[in-house]
Amino acid sequence: MIRYYLLVIAVMTIVTVFTRAVPFLFFSGRKPPQWLDYLQKFMPPAVMTLLVFNALKDVSFAEAPYGLPALGAALITALLHLWKRNVLLSIAGGTAVYMLAIRLPL
Amino acid sequence: MRARAAVSWKKISQMPSKVFGKARFGGIFAAAFKASVPVLLGYTTIGFAFGLVLTGAGLPWWLSPVMALSVYAGAAQFMGVGLMAAHAGIAEAALLTLLMNARHAVYGLSLLEEFSKAGKAKPYLIFGLTDETYGLLTTVKPPTPADQTVFHTIITGLNQFYWFLGCTAGGLIGSSLPFDTKGLDFALTALFVVLLVEQMKTVKTAAPYLLAIASAILALIFVSGRNFLLVSLALASCLLLLFRKRIHQ
Repeated sequence: MIRYYLLVIAVMTIVTVFTRAVPFLFFSGRKPPQWLDYLQKFMPPAVMTLLVFNALKDVSFAEAPYGLPALGAALITALLHLWKRNVLLSIAGGTAVYMLAIRLPL
Repeated sequence: MRARAAVSWKKISQMPSKVFGKARFGGIFAAAFKASVPVLLGYTTIGFAFGLVLTGAGLPWWLSPVMALSVYAGAAQFMGVGLMAAHAGIAEAALLTLLMNARHAVYGLSLLEEFSKAGKAKPYLIFGLTDETYGLLTTVKPPTPADQTVFHTIITGLNQFYWFLGCTAGGLIGSSLPFDTKGLDFALTALFVVLLVEQMKTVKTAAPYLLAIASAILALIFVSGRNFLLVSLALASCLLLLFRKRIHQ
């Protein structure tokens, strides 16, 4: 099992380094193509939207508490961030609310 | 003789502390440390949470510092714990890491010129190019322009050190204390919510968000949960490129 873990970690390391090295491997010395410039700007908002969906997709909305802890905590995280724009506060606050909410006897 | 002089100068320029003297190096270090304090607070706490999540998932605690030193990517590390706990395939781990970190592929574009002068530090600067490090390197200025590479290297090194500290402490404490970590992995959801809010403040065009929501809904209907991220990301990229002319204006 340890070998499997280390293999996953090694593969993830190589892929992560690759993603960070892409511009230096392919575009040092010449101007990146226009479509990449376009994706650079508009891909991140799309990716973040999908990552939020992905994180919330396994919440069960059909039975009590109807996904309220997750949705409520996500909303509180967003509001905290709009209010103070402090990454740490937003994440800690939202997570604390979630951990409390799932322990409430409802 | 001239060639020899050039070689030795190159060598010297890559040993900053010897050239600058201790005082000068100390000044650059102090400036770099000051700039990195917000990351110190963020990385130690999120790293700590990561260590708790990793041990909570039943993985050996020392994988936490190992991942901090090798993978060194926040969101991807959390995802990696999920993959390992579920015994996911290696190809799946590679593909999901690629998709999740694809955003990093564009960071370097704005640092091509700076890093081309970085000499031996360049590979490490590229390795350590996380979201937060990228943010610091592109916004904070070194004390003098000549100190740029040293300044960048210290910031990158400090940031990884903070992350390593947090991950190690979280792994150790998570494995020794009976800590009820249920729900702690919501930190990852919260992180994505925060990143999404940040995106909405910079990219105010509605199209990428709407295309992503459409892709998400289609993927939720037509594919199983395991393939959701893969399919929806591919779909969103295609839609973005398809509507390129219209969105670009």
